Amino acid sequence: MNIFKQNFKRMIEITDLHKSYPVGNRNLHVLKGINFTAQEGELISIMGSSGSGKSTFLNILGILDEGDQGSYTLDGTQIKNLSEKVAANYRNQFLGFIFQSFNLIGYKTALDNVALPLYYQGVGRKERLEKSLFYLEKVGLADWSDHLPNELSGGQKQRVAIARALASEPKVLLADEPTGALDTKTSYEVMDLIQKINEEGKTILIVTHELDIAKMTKRIVHLKDGVIINDERIEPIKALAHV
Amino acid sequence: MNSIFNRDLWKEILESINSNGFRTLITAFGVFWGIFILVLLLSASNGFQNGVQRQFDGMSTNTVFVWSQTITKAYKGNPKNRRYSFNVGDAEAIRRNIKGLKTVSPRNRLGGWGGSTIITHEMNTGSYLVEADYPEILTQRSLKIKEGRFINQSDIEKKRKIAVLGWAIISELYEPGEEVIGSYIKIQGVSFKVVGVYKDVSINGRKNIDEQKNIHVPFTTFSQVFNRGDKVGFFMITGVDDIPITDVKEDILALIRKRHDIHPEDDRAVGNWDFNKFLQKFNQLFIALKAVSYFVGIMILGSGVIGISNIMLIVIKERTKEIGVRRALGAKPSSIRRQILLESLFLTLFAGMAGVSFAAFVTFLVNLFIDSKYPEGDAMLYNASIDLPTVGISLVILVICGLIAGFIPAQTAIKIKPIEALRTD
Repeated sequence: MNIFKQNFKRMIEITDLHKSYPVGNRNLHVLKGINFTAQEGELISIMGSSGSGKSTFLNILGILDEGDQGSYTLDGTQIKNLSEKVAANYRNQFLGFIFQSFNLIGYKTALDNVALPLYYQGVGRKERLEKSLFYLEKVGLADWSDHLPNELSGGQKQRVAIARALASEPKVLLADEPTGALDTKTSYEVMDLIQKINEEGKTILIVTHELDIAKMTKRIVHLKDGVIINDERIEPIKALAHV
Repeated sequence: MNSIFNRDLWKEILESINSNGFRTLITAFGVFWGIFILVLLLSASNGFQNGVQRQFDGMSTNTVFVWSQTITKAYKGNPKNRRYSFNVGDAEAIRRNIKGLKTVSPRNRLGGWGGSTIITHEMNTGSYLVEADYPEILTQRSLKIKEGRFINQSDIEKKRKIAVLGWAIISELYEPGEEVIGSYIKIQGVSFKVVGVYKDVSINGRKNIDEQKNIHVPFTTFSQVFNRGDKVGFFMITGVDDIPITDVKEDILALIRKRHDIHPEDDRAVGNWDFNKFLQKFNQLFIALKAVSYFVGIMILGSGVIGISNIMLIVIKERTKEIGVRRALGAKPSSIRRQILLESLFLTLFAGMAGVSFAAFVTFLVNLFIDSKYPEGDAMLYNASIDLPTVGISLVILVICGLIAGFIPAQTAIKIKPIEALRTD
């Protein structure tokens, strides 16, 4: 554990994070003091039943929401009291999102979807398309670059979404139930891709409630009632073995 | 990324407009219709103005007509109800004392107001108005010489018995093919040699054909032949271009009153008709007409704009997730706002320019119809058209409308949190 800390850069550091929401006239305390660190190159799954606070946790990790109390440092940058503009900048720079329902833009081709974060980064057209094609190739969909999302299968859509998340070269990939809308075989294919990306050194956090998916990560964090009840490192199962 | 003329930005805009094409079309129709009606109304009021102004084409409109009437106030021992006449000396005095005048034309008429005189040529006889003029009258009225010449200074000095005929007289007094120039006509038994034929180009069509049947003779000849002495029937006085004649009119009237021993407050002794003021009233009418056109047009356009705004709001509700995703991928609120504003601006401008074009086409057809129906130009509507400033103004109106239409939807759009993207439905 100590060797780990010395060798790797600390990517995410969260101390004593609290978050509550007003529900009616009561306050619902969702996160009750979370301490969490992630090193560069980790592949972590966050598990928990609904109501455990894992979505709120992910929202805060993704700079989509802010905690009431506690601190959050992302790659050495303090995330606190950000304006919408700066938050958008940080999301674009630091984070890549992978969603359960893929969230591709229906009227854009696969290539244009991948290029979108680069567009918001202000990358020039030529470089943008080159990069996007590179990442589409990486997820094995170079031949599908001018297809619209509704011409792709679920697994293909998620791979396009992964390429999109990678395109802006973020520090951390955040995946919210990335296999939730896929059948088992396709799920494992996607997990195989995620493992490969992790092996190249990318830090990846996956929120899931499926144990077989969690077992394909290197570390499982269990959330219950707003606190981490278990945090263990495991030897990941190779997704390829199931395919 | 920062420029409005960025190719990628426009690609984004066109893509999202394209993604619900039919609805876009229907929405844009509201703006199309509004600007169509606005431009059509403006063209019509333009055409109306052109039609009226054509009646005064080539005339000096900065002109006042002054004539003598019965004196209504006793003054300096003179009784009221006295009649008096202007004289040639008045013309000199006006020229000398009043600044800002271009031409002072003393005139006489035979037959009095609206009356006429028997004119004969060989065996033919007609009854026409005879007008006594100086050559300068050509600068005040739009008389175009068709044949021969007009009265000149030497005619005035030598009191030549010459006459210039209106073109419409020829067919009545002369046999077809008969030579007009050099022939003689008799005015009250006195022979005048015809030296020219004119056409009054301010009069179009056959409606006022009688106005084309006047006979002009030299002022001095007229005075001598018809025993007018130095009397002047009336003055036609034109001011210089940048001084409205209305401003100096009172000075002229006061001078005449003084010269004829008329009470300074006798308003009725000197009759006058102010062409300039008359036209100003017309202009006010046109301004009012234009204002009404703008008002009605913009009101209709307004409902079109509300339509666009409405549809954009619905579209944004439908695109909540997409906007959320864009935000999560790093779109700043400002870039979302700009996209929505430009979308509505583009829609408005596109629909609006289509409306302007269609209105121009309809105007073209109307003009074609009027020209074929009234080839001589009797119609009140003439050359209805959209001028460049009108297109410019409607463009400005459209840009403003587009921004207004996009504003509320854009504000709604930037309130969408990127969290929306994570919500699975």
